[in-house]
Amino acid sequence: MSGGKNEVAIVGAGMTKFVRRAQETPKELAFEAVRMALDSAEMTLDDIDCVIQGTAPDAFDGIHMKGEYLCDGSGGWQKPYSRGYVGGGTGVFAPIQGWYHIASGMFETALVVCEEKMSTFQPHPQGAFLTIFDNMTERPLKPNLLWIFALEMNRYMSTYGLQIKDIAPVSVKNKNNALKHPAAQLGKEITLEQVLNSEVLAWPVLREMVSPTSDGACAVILANKKRAKKITQKPVWISGVGWNLDTAYWTNRDLAYPQYVENAARMAYKMADIREPKKEINIVEPYDPFAYKECHHLEGLQLADRGKAPQLAIDGVTLRTGNMPSCPSGGLLGVGNPIAAAGLMKVCELFWQLRGEAGERQVPGKPKYGLAQAWGDLMQVGTVLVVSN
Amino acid sequence: MRMNLEGTSLKREDIDSKRVLTTRFRSNAFYAWDTGRGIGRYLQGLKAGEIWGTHCDTCNRTVVPPRIFCERCMKNQVSWVKLQDTGIINTFSICYVNWDASRVEEPHLPAVIEIDGASQGHGILHVLDEVNPKDLKIGMKVKAVWKRPEERNADITDILYWKPY
Repeated sequence: MSGGKNEVAIVGAGMTKFVRRAQETPKELAFEAVRMALDSAEMTLDDIDCVIQGTAPDAFDGIHMKGEYLCDGSGGWQKPYSRGYVGGGTGVFAPIQGWYHIASGMFETALVVCEEKMSTFQPHPQGAFLTIFDNMTERPLKPNLLWIFALEMNRYMSTYGLQIKDIAPVSVKNKNNALKHPAAQLGKEITLEQVLNSEVLAWPVLREMVSPTSDGACAVILANKKRAKKITQKPVWISGVGWNLDTAYWTNRDLAYPQYVENAARMAYKMADIREPKKEINIVEPYDPFAYKECHHLEGLQLADRGKAPQLAIDGVTLRTGNMPSCPSGGLLGVGNPIAAAGLMKVCELFWQLRGEAGERQVPGKPKYGLAQAWGDLMQVGTVLVVSN
Repeated sequence: MRMNLEGTSLKREDIDSKRVLTTRFRSNAFYAWDTGRGIGRYLQGLKAGEIWGTHCDTCNRTVVPPRIFCERCMKNQVSWVKLQDTGIINTFSICYVNWDASRVEEPHLPAVIEIDGASQGHGILHVLDEVNPKDLKIGMKVKAVWKRPEERNADITDILYWKPY
């Protein structure tokens, strides 16, 4: 292993509110997140060596080459600038790209910006997802996005003998956590009964177990060791990175277990010298566009035994005050899900949590190691970032 | 830490009253996809009322939908295998919404169906019918209900749906 552990730090973070429909254009949203990130690190654009943009399908915006369009609002003017894209996994992949820009030795600082404005697509943003299905063998069946999640959730439940009521506590936890997030779109006091009594959208998926569509942006600033220590007394180090992609033939895959998430996690743990993740990871932000996905991912991340992740929410282990808080931000279920920005929101949360700056959301016990994970493409990519203070 | 967050949430009335302006565009893209050697032959098979898969001679794995290469070993030593038009339900859903979030009267019943003759766990996406949703179970045996031969178009919808048998 060539190392790379704790060579690059996060030194600043910013985000916009997550809302169903924002007045701001994508460029304006990106700008607001960048502005807040630069201010938080007391830096200017002159201090930024390169810029990484993360944003999901062009189809949402109807703007071809959205990375180029977003360049200006993202601080990319006359800088080495690039856009990376792995669907929903983008928000954690973008800071990984930032990491290797700096770890290569080419740059000392990097600005990482993720933006999504889903509301543009009419009449409903779900329509932009229709083209992710196989163009020849699946689209003629007129699938919608809920299908694949419902199919995966049912396979997960059936494999481990779980019921909807076992998974619903994840929604209760995350939506209640989001009450304390000032950017949250869907924070609310909600009970297990309310979740279980919510409308059946695509059995076994209920309305309160799905994240909303959202507009929003996030940004973080990365720096190498030398610069990070000058910029802040509280750098949050990137200890491990991992990413992995499974086959696009998703109907040939084991839908009960995300092997690609395990592969990505093992890559990150190896770099971070983490041997016993259950003991060493203090705070985790797994990708939770659906309640069962938090469980699925905690298992892939080796933070729960297979089929046992639902019990962690039931037992309170993953509450903000539990032994391993999961989605203390409120997650996608509570804060919202502007695709690429949602993943980076999780990284921002770890930055604030590990610096003790999460305010009302602060988890107790001075967490040392945090993990953020995102997931996407056609249910096939896992992206993992391990950070420490 | 105090956070001053930007981002202005809009309501429907903001747009309807034109207090906030919106411009509009309708994309009119049209595509013709060449089906290639793998899916092309698969679709021809469907027109004949047959489901074809491919077997990788190196990995000893029979897959469907078929492909002319194996993505695991990246070799092209594959042979064509005629599969059954029966299978088992790997997973299913009872879906009450359309893509635009409008609601449906009769739920759609999408499923992953593991095709008999393919390697274990290898299935396709399709839909179920002629079954009470309440009776659906993972592991249930199902068979294809085909369009009449003269109505088939070499398309995945040449199979109308799958039903328990």
